[in-house]
Amino acid sequence: MSALVKLVDVSKRYADATALHSTNLSIERGKTTVLIGPSGSGKSTLFRLIIRLIEPDSGSIEFNGEPITPDTIVKLRRRIGYVIQEGGLFPHLTARANVLLMARHIGKSEEEMQGKLVELCGLTRFSANLLSRYPVELSGGQRQRVGLMRALMLSPELLLLDEPLGALDPLVRASLQKDLKEIFARLQQTVLFVTHDLAEAVYFGDEIVLMNDGRIVQKGSVTDLREKPADPFVSEFINAQRGVSLT
Amino acid sequence: MKALRSILAGRPRTESDRHLARRGRPSGPSPAFLLLFAAVVSTHATPVIIGSKKFTESYVLGEIARRALNDTGIAAEHRQGMGGTIILWQALQGGQIDAYPEYTGTIAQEILKNGQQLSFQQIRDALAKLGVGMTEPLGFNNTYALVMRRSEAQRLGIRTISDLRKHPKLRIGFTHEFLDRQDGWHPLRERYGLPQQSVIGIDHALGYAALANGSIDIKDAYSTDAKIEENDLVVLEDDLQFFPKYDAVFLFRSSLAPDSINALRRLEGTLDEKRMIHLNMEAERTKNYTSAANLYFQDNGRSASFADESFPHKLARWTLRHLELAGFSLLLSVIIGIPLGIVASRGGWIGQAILGFASIVQTIPSLALLALLVPLPFFGISVRTAIAALFLYGLLPIVRNTASGLQDIPRSSWESAVALGLSPFTRLWEIYLPMASRPILSGIKTSAVINVGTATLAALIGAGGLGEPILSGLNLNDHVTILQGAIPAALLALLVQWLFDVLDRVLIPKGLRI
Repeated sequence: MSALVKLVDVSKRYADATALHSTNLSIERGKTTVLIGPSGSGKSTLFRLIIRLIEPDSGSIEFNGEPITPDTIVKLRRRIGYVIQEGGLFPHLTARANVLLMARHIGKSEEEMQGKLVELCGLTRFSANLLSRYPVELSGGQRQRVGLMRALMLSPELLLLDEPLGALDPLVRASLQKDLKEIFARLQQTVLFVTHDLAEAVYFGDEIVLMNDGRIVQKGSVTDLREKPADPFVSEFINAQRGVSLT
Repeated sequence: MKALRSILAGRPRTESDRHLARRGRPSGPSPAFLLLFAAVVSTHATPVIIGSKKFTESYVLGEIARRALNDTGIAAEHRQGMGGTIILWQALQGGQIDAYPEYTGTIAQEILKNGQQLSFQQIRDALAKLGVGMTEPLGFNNTYALVMRRSEAQRLGIRTISDLRKHPKLRIGFTHEFLDRQDGWHPLRERYGLPQQSVIGIDHALGYAALANGSIDIKDAYSTDAKIEENDLVVLEDDLQFFPKYDAVFLFRSSLAPDSINALRRLEGTLDEKRMIHLNMEAERTKNYTSAANLYFQDNGRSASFADESFPHKLARWTLRHLELAGFSLLLSVIIGIPLGIVASRGGWIGQAILGFASIVQTIPSLALLALLVPLPFFGISVRTAIAALFLYGLLPIVRNTASGLQDIPRSSWESAVALGLSPFTRLWEIYLPMASRPILSGIKTSAVINVGTATLAALIGAGGLGEPILSGLNLNDHVTILQGAIPAALLALLVQWLFDVLDRVLIPKGLRI
């Protein structure tokens, strides 16, 4: 078991506040790591730092043992799939064009792309008839599946998901959660998943990373978090979430 | 700016204003052809030498003569600004020059030194005895004149020099030369019985400044002085014919070849005062006497061809020119406005500066913008100036809409495009610009409609278009002529609007229209 991504002493400060204090984290190959925490806890900052949407103030981030730099990131991004809420689809492109965008950009052959597309439609259970539709003509769940196909198109080593199911209604959400988990298992995919929902974190997470106030508070299984909380915040967070899910 | 002022003052525009725009169009055979032609046909062993005196008008006339000769295949050279009357006259007699521009009054007074009033024919006969020929008058009389501010003259109802008798309080500033001359202030006062007491001597150029700021009310001038138009002055009519005539002519050696003489004679009666003032203005503005002289030839060519044009033909010409002005300026606005908008969308002080500049340009009244551009070296009174002004006006809607359209793209889309690994250019070209296509196109549409409307003002600087009939109509107080320009301009604006609505459907991606 080796780390695919490794953060060493990474920190990020904005003008008025520290978004992420000096942080170390390893994301293990083939596992799903879930980042969880309240809003403003730094989980989105950490997430954005990995794909280099923002630059760290200090420390280094390694991918496959090599440091990520502004020079290497453009190529590296093609080995990372990225899905956000609502799928982040481009509204002026059809579902098909969204999915194939990057493959076309790097000049993959038409046959190869078609083959992969069919495979992905099957994997994500997305009807191929809908591929010619524009995002606005698709439901939220369908858009999310297209977003996932786009992220998986180049068979990435790492899949990043930022609250991918946040905007969906509970039924769609449940069915997508199930599908996602199956897909991750089938592909033996290394996944970094950001959510603020503990139930979802528990459902997906081989490893849960709880964040608060720009720091990683505790890392481990949900049992660890529940039974051996590192500090009072961990218990508070878990209990609060349990309370919500009970009502 | 000078021509503009004259237009703003409500004077009817000269034929030349209107045709200035065609400066770029060749009005005759190509120079290369002319050169060849000259080489083959010219049997003159030596070129004809034209002289000129040391002031703007003489330079321009000398250039016109040179070109008139060249255009008929005669080699000619122009020795510019050789000096004063006596030097030129002696050079002509000595054979160092073959011809030069002169004024009948000067010939009578300074060359023939005849105190009496000589008729034109008497002058010609006297010159002939000296071996010098003279053309008929070129068409303008550059005599001494008294000038006033137009506003003041209108307020007091002064039109002629005689009218000055009723206004003894007016302050006068004359050049020292005019105060002393035999045909200057003292005999003038005697002839008209002028009562003014406040008379000072002042330098010619300073006198114009004094007149402009109201320190004096009346000064002397040459009647074709470019400053008259520039400072919006009126020439008081010499109703008692006090000033001698200073008709411009060309003097030439009687031994000059007949075809050269004929070339000079073709200039007779072709230059009225307005036209000469205009050429002087252009020469003083550009400091390029050749180009000012070239204007003379372009105007001539075109006056004839447009004299009896049918209305549909005129309308087509106006409309085409109008579309040319609006279309070309719009194209420039798009080509430059979109990149500027892209830069501006990133914010920062550069973005602020770009948007600030475009906004400020928009607040400048269009007349003022034209007036600001005309004195610049590259522009002047030309189509270029009109297109530049329209381009600047078209900039803001495009820059602003491009910038805000890009800024309005949701952060998730920006980040998705980056995170996918698309190159910066691909992100811009395939993602951001298409996503912002609706506001960008609507900015272009706004610019297009503004340009079609504003392009009517191009006629003010002789750039043509549908503003031409509007302006002529305003000058002539002729509503039909105004409508001949106004209605097509309005229809054109509607057409442009409709065209862009169609274009929206083609250019805005379907996914953004559902």
